Parts: sequence; structure tokens; C-alpha cells
Amino acid sequence: MSGKIFAVLVALITLVTAYCVIAHVWWMPVDISVHGPKIDSQLEETVLVAGTLFIAGQLVLAAFVFLYGTSRTKTKQIPGGAKPLVLFAFILVGAEILALSFIGSKAWGAVYFSAPDPGSLPIDVQAGQFAYYFRYAGPDGKFGNLHPELINEGTQNYFGLDPEHDPDARDDIVTAELAIPVNKPILLTLHSKDVGHSFYVRELRVQQDFVPGLNLPIHFTATQTGRFEIVCTQLCGLGHYNMKAYLSVLSQADFDEWLKKQAAMQ
Amino acid sequence: MGATLARAAVHHAPPQGFIRKYVFSVDHKVIGIQYTTLSLVAAFVGMALSWAMRIHLAWPDARIPLLSLLSPNGMPGGVMTPEYYLSLMTMHGTIMAFFVLTAAPMAGYGNFMLPIQVGAADMAFPRLNMASFWVTFVGFVLACATFIIPDGPPLSGWTAYPPLSAVGPAAGPGQGWGQNLWGLSIALFCVASLLGALNFIVTTLELRTKGMTLSRLPISTWAWFINAGVSLLAFAVLLPTCLLLVLDRLGGTSFFIPGGLVFNDQLQPHAGGSPLLFQHLFWFFGHPEVYIIILPAFGIVSHILPTFIRKPLVGGWKVITFAMAAVGTLSFVVWGHHMFVSGMSPYMAMVFSVPTLFITIPSVIAVLIWVFSLYRSNLRFDTPLLFSLGFLSLFITGGIGGFFLAQPSTDSYLHATTFVVGHFHFTMGLSAIFATFAGFYYWYPKMFGRMLSEKLGKVHFWLSFVGVYCVFMTMHLTGFAGAVRRYSAFVDDFMVPLIPTNRFISVAALLLGAAQFIFLFNAIWSRFKGPKAADNPWGATTLEWDTTSPPPFDNFGGRQMTVCHGPMEYDGEAAVMQTSPESSVAGT
Amino acid sequence: MDQSSVAATTHHDVVMEPSPYAIEKKKLGMWVFIVSDACTFGAFLFAYGYMRVGAPVWGTPFEFSSILNGVVMTAVLLSSSLTMLASVRAAQAGAKASAMKWLGVTMLLGGIFAALHLREWFKLIGEGWRLFHNPTGGAAQFGATFFSVTGLHLSHVVSGVIALAFIARGYQRDRYDASHVETVGLYWHFVDLVWMFVFPLMYLMNAR
Ligand code: HEA
Ligand code: HEA
Ligand code: CUA
Ligand SMILES: [Cu+2]
Repeated sequence: MSGKIFAVLVALITLVTAYCVIAHVWWMPVDISVHGPKIDSQLEETVLVAGTLFIAGQLVLAAFVFLYGTSRTKTKQIPGGAKPLVLFAFILVGAEILALSFIGSKAWGAVYFSAPDPGSLPIDVQAGQFAYYFRYAGPDGKFGNLHPELINEGTQNYFGLDPEHDPDARDDIVTAELAIPVNKPILLTLHSKDVGHSFYVRELRVQQDFVPGLNLPIHFTATQTGRFEIVCTQLCGLGHYNMKAYLSVLSQADFDEWLKKQAAMQ
Repeated sequence: MGATLARAAVHHAPPQGFIRKYVFSVDHKVIGIQYTTLSLVAAFVGMALSWAMRIHLAWPDARIPLLSLLSPNGMPGGVMTPEYYLSLMTMHGTIMAFFVLTAAPMAGYGNFMLPIQVGAADMAFPRLNMASFWVTFVGFVLACATFIIPDGPPLSGWTAYPPLSAVGPAAGPGQGWGQNLWGLSIALFCVASLLGALNFIVTTLELRTKGMTLSRLPISTWAWFINAGVSLLAFAVLLPTCLLLVLDRLGGTSFFIPGGLVFNDQLQPHAGGSPLLFQHLFWFFGHPEVYIIILPAFGIVSHILPTFIRKPLVGGWKVITFAMAAVGTLSFVVWGHHMFVSGMSPYMAMVFSVPTLFITIPSVIAVLIWVFSLYRSNLRFDTPLLFSLGFLSLFITGGIGGFFLAQPSTDSYLHATTFVVGHFHFTMGLSAIFATFAGFYYWYPKMFGRMLSEKLGKVHFWLSFVGVYCVFMTMHLTGFAGAVRRYSAFVDDFMVPLIPTNRFISVAALLLGAAQFIFLFNAIWSRFKGPKAADNPWGATTLEWDTTSPPPFDNFGGRQMTVCHGPMEYDGEAAVMQTSPESSVAGT
Repeated sequence: MDQSSVAATTHHDVVMEPSPYAIEKKKLGMWVFIVSDACTFGAFLFAYGYMRVGAPVWGTPFEFSSILNGVVMTAVLLSSSLTMLASVRAAQAGAKASAMKWLGVTMLLGGIFAALHLREWFKLIGEGWRLFHNPTGGAAQFGATFFSVTGLHLSHVVSGVIALAFIARGYQRDRYDASHVETVGLYWHFVDLVWMFVFPLMYLMNAR
């Protein structure tokens, strides 16, 4: 009895799960980056490959428990013993693995092995407990140097810039929102002022940690205008759950407009 | 192989007096029970924490009266603060991973059963054995102490990444003495685990009774032995990691803290350290650790299955043992898969991804062995079997998640989402727990001389099995949707729509937890009121079933155990004891 | 061996499978401990390497006198390994008196090593070196790694001397036999071996 219940239960769970995944009941939001589709297709590929193993595994388990729950005096091993199983594991799973890591490395490489486009727009991103700040180089195209000792929330010197002695810093534009022009390669440099944080934009299919002491570059190109959430996915303290900023992808014109306004507000 | 006349491990006569007998006992059986009890207590503490977390996640402004007594400033007016949520989460992870699952299945059952299974009278170094339990105990006390000190438990997660965990109170509440105690507690736990591993290895190699050749060891013994090897190297690295972290906190060093850090406008004095160094050291331990948690589960299930399917595993002891050894060995070269988005070189990501995918092969082999051993078998649905089957289903599900996380490309979306939380609760957090339950129901008669109630056991199983899928499969799904882990409340535009789903998870989690009290009641009630257990209630074949329940002080009452069979000689109702040349026990 | 005699034996003598490595459990236990302790040192040295490679400027403070001191320490520890060896040989040959003598010499050399080491430490501390401070203006990690790594080793030496004393006492009173001396000897040689890594990495590589 227990056996039959167990088998049915497992089969049921498997089917419901499979349905939820295949029907995308809960799924990734729209994809707005150039590299994104590669990652999405890699995920679909994995759903197919691993999903098959999942269903196969659970159903075979259920079937055996269903069939052999009845008492018999003589037992038998499967014909061929362990060899076919080991071979199956090595060949089938091995093949899948090779396929996954081969195609996967392409998707990964497309994002991380490729050098940023020389014409990309550089933006400096600083994470701190519990907010992001973004810095545009301004007309001179140069970023001023950072002086942590000068960081002062009171005077809104979030980056620790030193305009008096540092001409490059004078025209830097510091904002609390990340605005970028659509269809233009973007090059972010991530650095943290205190603890580890992360830069996660689901729609961009981009996640990259901020590691204190390092400047980590990350580049992407957005293909749709709109307003999206940037959330922190690296545990950084009590405000972690509430650490976010917005990414607005604007048309080039709107972007230039926006940047002028920000410059005026400095 | 010629046997040699050796002094058996009985250096000590049966102790007299309560203290020596039950408290500071050197008897491996008492120590095994002490470990099991410790982890039982720890499990319920951890579970209570997960309850509080789930309640807060579903109803952020719910009042949780008892907790507010424990921590007035963590729970102003009985409502949980975000930082206190993180503290509970940290301690939940720490207690569950270390004090529950590294304790019971390995040190608990292993201590009690391994010497008996190899036919020894005790562990190789009984005093060392006692020491490792009491060191673990002190470690657990320190961990619990974080709840009562003023600034509360640390909030940096069980992974304790610096600088958050290293710069001290500046980083936030709980990062003062809470974090120090955490570091010391884990350091002590390392020492205890190292001593324990040493004992397991030497006992297995040196104290096997006549005829107990390596090829006749029960699979559970093999698992504990292999696992001891893995622990020996892994904890030897976590120990210095904890020490360096504590040095950074108390000694003013900067191993893990880079220069130029600013906390509320104050420049920190540290310079030159590297947070990534900590991540490498931690995960070099951390990944083997998760297999340290699953290998005893492999062993327990491989040991229990043949008894209840009444036939040997496919491929005998060899295939499954080699699979376990392969998992143990490979586990040392995959740690970087926790750091794909941590700023490690993207080429390194590929370097770690490939072995991570390959480590699934031995696991798949193990699963295939278990599943296909059921073919033409003769299943007996006692509770231990049910939990073993549950383990199989849960482990398949959890392991499949590994395929998604093992690839940098897909992990760069799924990392730090609830998909990961679902993954590791299925693998570590519940398939290992199910194996622990299976072992508990299987060995309880031997440990305490009484049978557990089958009825309650089955109810416990069904509720737990369904509950687990409701809670953690749902977490996988919300993970696909991009729900982020370690959030104490869902304020993002993106997470708000997921709140109803989280309510569902929380309700399921509360029921799942409630089901555990059936188990607790069963365990306590049967201890006194349960029917007396026969010496071999399951019709099993290994040495622990070849003596009284519970076994006498020297395990076999001075009998010379001479082993002439492998551990899995089952055929339908019939089964052959390892020691008996001729007679065979009829399956009950 | 014949089984009938076994059947008759008391329950304190049980026939066992022979150890695969044909060594008794004390010694195997010590080997196992050494393996894991080696990993612990390995982790410390890895951290040292990581810090050193990462540091922009790494002050190399040791001038000749310190190196010389280090050489002397090395010589002392090496010869203590020899005397340990002599003690083990003697113990196995049953020559208790000379075994005790050599044990004594080994402990003495261990003590000298510790003394020299502490002198070095206090000299550095006197010059202003701290776990977190580098008076020469180089990376503060020098103090952190130097004091933690050599400190770990020093603690091994000191506990080694204590262990030796403990074993010697038991051996004197016939509670322990040659095998105990041999086992503690294994540990002593290991501590010596570790120094053979610590000395070049911590001293020679930091010589001016
Ligand atoms: C016991 C614990 C345990 C186990 C066994 C595993 C097993 C695996 N884990 Fe998991 N893992 C954790 C515990 C565990 N993990 C924890 C605790 C974390 C998070 C830590 C934290 O961040 O807090 C984590 C996180 C984690 C990550 C990092 C995710 C991230 O943070 O971004 C990755 C990435 O590669 C990973 C991979 C894997 C893989 C490939 C396996 C493989 O070993 C899985 C192998 C098993 C299988 C593949 C199933 C086999 C069966 C079948 C395939 C069915 C076939 C059968 C038939 C057809 C009949 N795990
Ligand atoms: C062993 C590991 C284990 C176990 C069993 C559990 C059990 C549970 N965990 Fe936990 N969990 C972790 C390990 C574990 N967890 C870890 C490592 C983290 C990460 C922490 C971090 O991010 O830093 C985590 C994080 C974590 C989170 C994520 C927090 C966040 O990211 O915001 C949540 C949220 O719901 C959660 C919930 C639960 C629930 C509802 C259970 C329920 O299953 C509880 C019900 C309990 C049981 C079903 C088991 C009962 C066990 C026994 C009674 C043992 C019996 C003992 C013997 C027989 C000797 N856990
Ligand atoms: Cu910043 Cu989490
Ligand atoms: Cu891992």
C-alpha cells in the first residue's frame, strides 16, 4: 500500500513540477540585453537536459517502487549488473555535460571573455551600505581620482572627490540613478566603499559582485528603453533587502537631456 | 590473509558511577548517543529559527512573543527587525550545517555503529573520542551564547564573508562579540571534527576483527571512513581560516580587509587584505563540507536499502564505494563554483565549472545503483525504507539543481536567488536529513533497545515528504523568477508580486516543522514505553545486529567475532549473517 | 596462526585483521594527525603567499644578524631531530638510560630553539613590528604573516617539548615503551620538517 501511495505521489510531484517549469508559471522577466538571449537559451537547454534526467529519475524510481512492493521470495538483479548503469552514466551524462560546458562556455564567453567595445560609455559605480552611486566623466571625459578619506555623506561627497586640487573631478557628474542610452555599449566599473555588494539587473541578465579593494569591469548593451530595478544580491548588512537603484534605458536624445539636467544639479 | 593476535581495544573496564558512565564517558556508544542527542536539540533550535524566519517573511509585522523575550532590541514590540532576521538566518544555517548534519549522521551514528560494524570493542582512541564530543559541545554552547549577549548573533550569513564579518561593530549590529563567538565556536567545531576523523580512520584500518577484510566492510563503514578522510583535509583548512578571521577582528591584522574602507564617513585603519582570499579558503572547505554532509547519508541509505529490499545493491560493495570515493576526491577541486560572479577571473570560472559538472557523474552512478537495485526486489515498507526512498527522490531533485548552478552562464542569473536556497535545502537540508531519519528509525532499536512506533513514523514521513516539496520546490521556481535570497522583506517592485507565493511557502514550512514534533514525541515516548526490541528486528546481516540491543559494554560480551561473509548477502526472505558460516536468519 | 588457541583466549585478546600498513594504531594516528596538520600549515602559507603577491611593496626587514640567528635556529632544530633519532634507536634497543639521555638533549635543543625564536620576536617587536604595523613602511601584512606563521610553528615546538617531557616521564616509570618514544619522535620530525619550509619562506625570502 505505502509503495503505491509513494509511487503515485512522486509521479504527481514530478508532473506538477515539470508543468510549472515548462509553462513558465514563474519565469525570468523580459530580456533587454544583447548577450541575454544566449544565457536564456543556455537555461532552456539545461531545462531540457537536466529536466529529462529529473523526470526519468523520479519516474523510474516511482515505477520500481510501484511494481516491486509486493512480497516475493526470490529476488533478481537487473540483467548485466552494474556495468550498463555505469556506462549509461558515463556516456549519456558525460555527453550532456560536455555539450553543456561547450555551449555554456560560448554563452559565458560572449559576456565575459569579450573585450568591451572601445566606443562604450564608461560609468563608475560605487556601492555602499545601502545605496549605489553612479559617476559620469563629464565633458572632459576624465574621471577624477578618489580619496576615501574625503567621503562625506553630509556634503554629499559620496565618492570622495577633490575638486579643488583635481581638475578632472570638477566636471564629474554623480547621480543616484543609472541612466544609459539604448543600443549603446556600456562599460561599468564596480567598486565598493565598505563591504561586498552586488549589481543584479534581472532584465539585463547581469549579476556581478562588488568586491572591496577591486575595480571590477562589466559591459553590456541594452536593447529596450524602460525603467528597471538594480538590486543588491550580496549580503551586506541590515539594509541588504532594501538596497536598490533604478536603471533607466533612454533614447540617446533623452539621455543627453537627462545628463545635462544632472550636470546642472551638481 | 593471516590474522594476527592483537590486544583488543578494551583498555578500560566498565566504568562505575553516573558521571563516568553517562557524562564523561569514553564508551563510543554513549558518545554516539550524546552526539545524536546534541544534534537533535540543535535541529529543533535550527527549526525554531526557520519558523521565526518564515513567519517574518510572510507577515513582516507579525508579533512573535517568545522571541521578544529572548531579544528585546532584536524584536522591538515583538516585531522582527531586518538585522535580527539576518542574525536568525545566520544561526539557522550555521547550526543546521555544522551542529546537526556534521554531527548526527557522522559523529553520532558513526561513533555508535562503526566500531561494532568492524567488530571492535571501542574506538581506537576512546579518550580522544570523549574530548571531541565535549569540544563540540562547548562549540555549540558558544554558538547559542550569541543569542543572549547584548548585540546578538552575527548577521553575516553562515558564509561570513569579510569585510562585513571582519571589520567589527562598524559593519552593523551583531558584528561585535556575536561574530567573535561565532568564529571561536566554528574553530572549536573544526578541532573536534579533526579529532573525530582521526579516530574513525585509525579504527577502521586497525581494529577490524578476524575476517573483516576491507572488501567485507559494510557500506556505511566505507562511507564514514571516506568521509573521515575528506573531513581531515577540509576542517584542517577551515580552522586556520577562522583563526585568521578572528585575528583580523581582535588582532588588528588585515588578512581579509583591503584599504580605503569607509563606514559612516570613518576611514578604516586596515589595508592590503583580500576578501577573495577568504572566499577561496572558505569554499575550499565549504564545498567538501557539503559532501561531508551527504556522504554519510549515501552510506546510511546504501546500508539500509539491502535490508529492506532483501537483495544486495547492484554491483556489490565495489561500485557504490568507488562512487563515494570519487565524489569525496573530486569535491576538492570544484570550490570556485560558489564564486562565479565574485570577481574571480572568468577563465577560472570555466576551470571550476567543468569538474563541477563531472562530479555529477559519480553521483548519478550512485543514484542509478540505488534506483535499479529496486528492480525485482522485495520491498518492505518499514519507516527506514520509506525515508530511504524519500532520500532518493529528494537527492535527485536537489542534484538536478546542480546542473543549473554549475554553469557560470546560467548561474550568473540564478546565483543568490532562492533557486540556490531550494537547491541546497533539497540536497543538504533535506535529503541528508531524510537519510538521518532513516538511520534513526533503523538503529534506534539497537541504540535504546526499544522499537519506535511504526504508525507515527509513517505519518511523520508522509507529512515531511510532501512538506519538503511544497516548501523548497516552490523556492526553486521563485528563483527562476529572480527572487533574491537573504532578504528580510520584499520591498522591491519585483519581489512584491511574489509575496503570496511566499505566504504559501511559509504555511507549508510551519506544517513541515510541526510534523517534526510527531517524530520528537515518538523518539521520547518509545524510549520508555516502546515495545522491547529483538536483537535483530529487521533481519539484517551486519555485526551490529549480531549482539544484544543495546549491546553490552564491550559490544560482543567477549565473543570472538569471526567474519566469513560480505555485508549484503540477502535473497528474498533469507539473509546470511556476516559472522555465520552456515546458519541464516529468516527475515522478520 | 592456529585458531584453537584463539577460542580459548580471554575476551581481552581477540583475533584481529592485520593492519594494512602493518603499523600499530598510535603511529597510524600520528601519521593521520600529521597529514591534517600539514594542511593547516599549508593554508597559513597559502595566505602568506597570497598577501605577498598582492602587496604593492613588501618590506624585507631581515638584515644579516636575523638570518644568522635563523641559521643557528635551523641547525639547532636539525640536530634535535638527530638526537631524537638516537633516542628512538636506543629505546628500541632497550638501552633505556641512553634513550632517556637523548630525550633530554632533544628537549634541551627544543628549548634553545624556542628561546632563540622568542629573542628574534622581541627584537622585531622592539623595532616596532606589530601584527598590524610595519615600521619600514612596507605592507603591514609582513608582521601579520610572520608572527602568525612562526607563532604557529613555535607553539608546535613548545607543545612538542611538553609532549617529550610527558613521554619521558612515562617511559622512565615503564608506563610507556619504545613505541611511544617513536610516535612522539614522528611528531618531532614533522615539526622540524615544517621549519624547513618556514625558514626559507619567512626568513631567506625576506632578507634585505
Ligand atoms: C549536501 C549538500 C550538497 C550537495 C550534495 C550538493 C550537490 C551539488 N551542488 Fe550544491 N550547494 C550546497 C550543498 C550541496 N550541493 C550548498 C549548501 C550550497 C549553497 C551555499 C551557500 O551559498 O549558502 C550549494 C551551492 C551550489 C552552487 C553555487 C550556487 C551559487 O551560489 O551560485 C553550485 C554551483 O555549481 C552547486 C552545484 C552542485 C552540484 C553540481 C552538485 C552535484 O553533486 C549534484 C549531483 C547529483 C545529481 C546530478 C543527481 C543525480 C541523479 C540523477 C541525475 C537522476 C538520474 C537517474 C535516473 C535517470 C534513473 N551547489
Ligand atoms: C541542514 C541544513 C538545513 C536544514 C535542515 C534547513 C531546514 C529549513 N530551512 Fe534552512 N538553511 C540552511 C540549512 C538548512 N535549513 C542554510 C545553510 C541556509 C543558508 C543560511 C545563509 O544564507 O547564510 C538556510 C537558509 C534558509 C532560508 C533562507 C533565508 C534567506 O535566504 O533569506 C530559509 C527560508 O525560508 C530556510 C528555511 C528552512 C526551513 C523552512 C527548513 C525546514 O525544513 C525546517 C524543518 C526541519 C526539518 C524537516 C528537519 C528537522 C530535523 C531533525 C528533527 C533532525 C533529526 C535529528 C536526528 C534524527 C539526530 N533556510
Ligand atoms: Cu548591498 Cu546587499
Ligand atoms: Cu559547492
